[in-house]
Amino acid sequence: MQDILSQYESVLISNVKNWFKVGKTEDFPENSGACIKYKAKQIAVYNFTRTGKWYATQNLCPHKMEMVLSLGMIGDKEGIPKVACPLHKKNFSLEDGSQIGGDELKIATYPVKIENGNVYIGFLD
Amino acid sequence: MKHIIVVGNGMVGYKFCEKLVAQEAGKDFKITVFGEEPRPAYDRVHLSEFFENQDAKALEMAPLEWYMEHGIKLITGERVADINRRSKIITTAKDEAFSYDYLVLATGSTPFVPPIKGVEKNGVFVYRTIEDLEDMLAYAAKLKAEKPNARAAVLGGGLLGLEAGKAVMDMGLEPHIVEFASKLMPRQLDSRSSQVLKLKLESIGLNIHLGKATNQILGDGAITGMEFGEDDMLEVDMLVISAGIRPRDELGKNSGLEVGVRGGIVVNNKMQTSDENIYAIGEIALYNQMIYGLVAPGYDMAGIAVEQILGQSGSLMPSEIDMSTKLKLIGVDVASFGDPFMPASKGHSIIFENKTQNLYKRINVSLDGKSLLGGILVGDASDYNMLHQVYLNGMAIPEDPSQLILPVSEGGSSFGSVLDLPDTAQVCSCESVSKGDICCSITDGESTNFADVVTKTKATSGCGGCKPMVTDLVNETLKSLGKEVKETICEHFDFSRQELYDLIKINKVPDYQEALNLFGEGHGCETCKPLVASIFATITMETANRQPAIQDTNDRFLANIQRNGTYSVVPRIAGGEITPEQLITIGTVAKKYDLYTKITGGQRIDLFGAQVHELPLIWKELIDAGFESGHAYGKSLRTVKSCVGSTWCRYGMHESVTFAIEIEKRYRGLRSPHKFKGGVSGCIRECAEARGKDFGLIAVEGGWNLYVCGNGGATPKHAVLLAEQLDDKTVVKYLDRFLMYYIRTAGPLVRTAPWLDKLDGGLDYLKQVVIEDSLGIADDLETEMKGLINSYECEWKQAVESPEIMKRFKHFVNSDDTNDNLEFVPMREQKMPKAWN
Repeated sequence: MQDILSQYESVLISNVKNWFKVGKTEDFPENSGACIKYKAKQIAVYNFTRTGKWYATQNLCPHKMEMVLSLGMIGDKEGIPKVACPLHKKNFSLEDGSQIGGDELKIATYPVKIENGNVYIGFLD
Repeated sequence: MKHIIVVGNGMVGYKFCEKLVAQEAGKDFKITVFGEEPRPAYDRVHLSEFFENQDAKALEMAPLEWYMEHGIKLITGERVADINRRSKIITTAKDEAFSYDYLVLATGSTPFVPPIKGVEKNGVFVYRTIEDLEDMLAYAAKLKAEKPNARAAVLGGGLLGLEAGKAVMDMGLEPHIVEFASKLMPRQLDSRSSQVLKLKLESIGLNIHLGKATNQILGDGAITGMEFGEDDMLEVDMLVISAGIRPRDELGKNSGLEVGVRGGIVVNNKMQTSDENIYAIGEIALYNQMIYGLVAPGYDMAGIAVEQILGQSGSLMPSEIDMSTKLKLIGVDVASFGDPFMPASKGHSIIFENKTQNLYKRINVSLDGKSLLGGILVGDASDYNMLHQVYLNGMAIPEDPSQLILPVSEGGSSFGSVLDLPDTAQVCSCESVSKGDICCSITDGESTNFADVVTKTKATSGCGGCKPMVTDLVNETLKSLGKEVKETICEHFDFSRQELYDLIKINKVPDYQEALNLFGEGHGCETCKPLVASIFATITMETANRQPAIQDTNDRFLANIQRNGTYSVVPRIAGGEITPEQLITIGTVAKKYDLYTKITGGQRIDLFGAQVHELPLIWKELIDAGFESGHAYGKSLRTVKSCVGSTWCRYGMHESVTFAIEIEKRYRGLRSPHKFKGGVSGCIRECAEARGKDFGLIAVEGGWNLYVCGNGGATPKHAVLLAEQLDDKTVVKYLDRFLMYYIRTAGPLVRTAPWLDKLDGGLDYLKQVVIEDSLGIADDLETEMKGLINSYECEWKQAVESPEIMKRFKHFVNSDDTNDNLEFVPMREQKMPKAWN
């Protein structure tokens, strides 16, 4: 199980080696999450239409190791964008992947850029 | 060795011996007991049981051998006739003399026979000893041989009189109770409780005559009737007198002990008479100018006398004697405690009466509302122990003391408030959070609201089942600290659900984003989004497809997400009725998509393990076969469970399945603050468990009984009766009003039972709104409901017919691959997700 988790590590925008195109902006539902595939990874992409911001994290909820975060509801906690896991409502910050309302869990975050109506996620490999 | 003589071998005299020999120091005494009756002490309280088995042995306090084993000399059938106090010698009726060091008088009492003309006639009895009963039995047997429908009256409607009433009923005589006072058990009951008891006793065949003063007893030689006044008489063939007791104090009187004006030997709080070597206990002891005719104080007196004689001088009779009693009288619970009658100047009374169930409860509360002073229970004395404890220990009572006696379903509860729970009570079992943890988090200043408490204690972060109780604890604790509690939705909307409902409706707000712009702040969260989605659904009946982004994950994918991220599918099977063809369809679909199948608690079939891309394929097949969404994923109507009813059942009174289907179809898809369920039973056997539902119908003579606000789950509650004997049309009318009123006013994720609990005025108020239309909104509620019903659309049909919506049902945006993280293991010829680590 740890194996699945270990392949997800946060990527800083300054370290991105590969901007991978995952689709057009309209392929992603408004104010929601959706899931993309990159090699063996599942990445959740969140489209905050209200603010025009995009975020990406691992799709794996580290609580029970299920591929579900993209199905969760998004919103904010005191201004910090977050996703709530659909299984047990664990909340994660989309800015740094930290758990909100708890501290034992953490998820990996990935940079997102939009160019010419296309959505790119930044990876190290 | 000092010699103790006990005069009297009744219950209290026996208890004295028992307590004496139980003490080590008691073995230093020689004990002699005199009993006037031919047998050793027996349980007079249960005398009427003698008729059931006519076994005097069964009533014995202890067998003869017991006295021998403990070195007690028991002399039965011998009356003590005289006391010579100076030389400390007693003389028996047979003129035998015994010297004593301590004398204990426990001679008890005799029945009081009022001086009524003709009282000496044959067939008139008193009720005190086994001999009395044997005489009555013999007379009754003779009577019945001559006259099969012979009648017997009991003079006196007190505790003992009613016992005697049961006795004559058991003898096969027509029983009548004649009481001088205007109520039964005048020492224990008030008029209203007496009335309730009277109804109950009459229902089991006792004839009760109150306010009757007997002038004379009629008949030549043997009794033939009782005359009360001119032209007012009762024909009876036998009479049992149970008009009170008189202490057997003649020994004390003759030997110059101080006695009361109306009898009884005066004792101090050591149970000593005016002669320090003579004690008096039980019904002859006049303590505080009172004769205590109950067994419990008599036993206490016996204990005090024993300890005093053994030199434990600190053992004293309390000045206030608890006269609380609880007994089962002819199968009826009757209890009274403390001060059962209380003048209005001393406090307030709270009375709960339900004559249809022969139920009466009264509690008397001090003027400041802080302590319990006494009370009466008739019909159901299950609360007696708790109330008696509260009274005895001067425990604090709830702010609304009615909760102590109201049935739980009427808005009361076994504990007044969540704050009454002990601090160690585990509230959140997933995270092992106690009530103390939650409350301390607030009182220590660490948390100031619900969200803080969740963050600090992790309560509710597991299964979430404890959320309502944690919310209550947080609110109650805040209130107790004098802080204002406003039940706002979340940080994004500073309104209650009802306020936001009104705002959205009145302002015709088009969607969530606009609601957030107009009335909220920030970007929403998993609390306010589904809540607003639910508000929109109940205003316009829009399906979950219009604003998918604000739907809970289940509603967004129109299926129930399971623990591995796959979904389950539940087609509607209204009322649980399904054709073989439909069963085959479900079986075929389940087989094709390799789904785990199980019958649900709501009489339908759940298909587990579907991946998101399979959902539309599955539904396409189900819809083609005539199925529609079961809304098992929504905070909406789930099922209306039914029993088979009069169509097949030999007990069925109405067609419960037909009606259940009609109602389930009526409210299908209706979103509400929380899920809600219904049930329809074809008779009172209640096989559909309708009273465990948010609304339940039970067929009765002349229509349906409508129950509301029940549920199973973590806090099970039986639904309560809203209205009786309704026709189909009225049921639907009341249901429309009830449901719409609930949908409009309930808080988020509050089911009907806790909603009713919090509704000011409770069930009575709800009845006024729904039945009497006290708010004048019934037409609105009905119109609104009709609008919603007419706008129903199957959201799965909508979904499979729309290419736009279909885009949602895909695991990856950028690939047609499926989730490769899924792992199933076999289980009983089906499959299940691999267990979590």
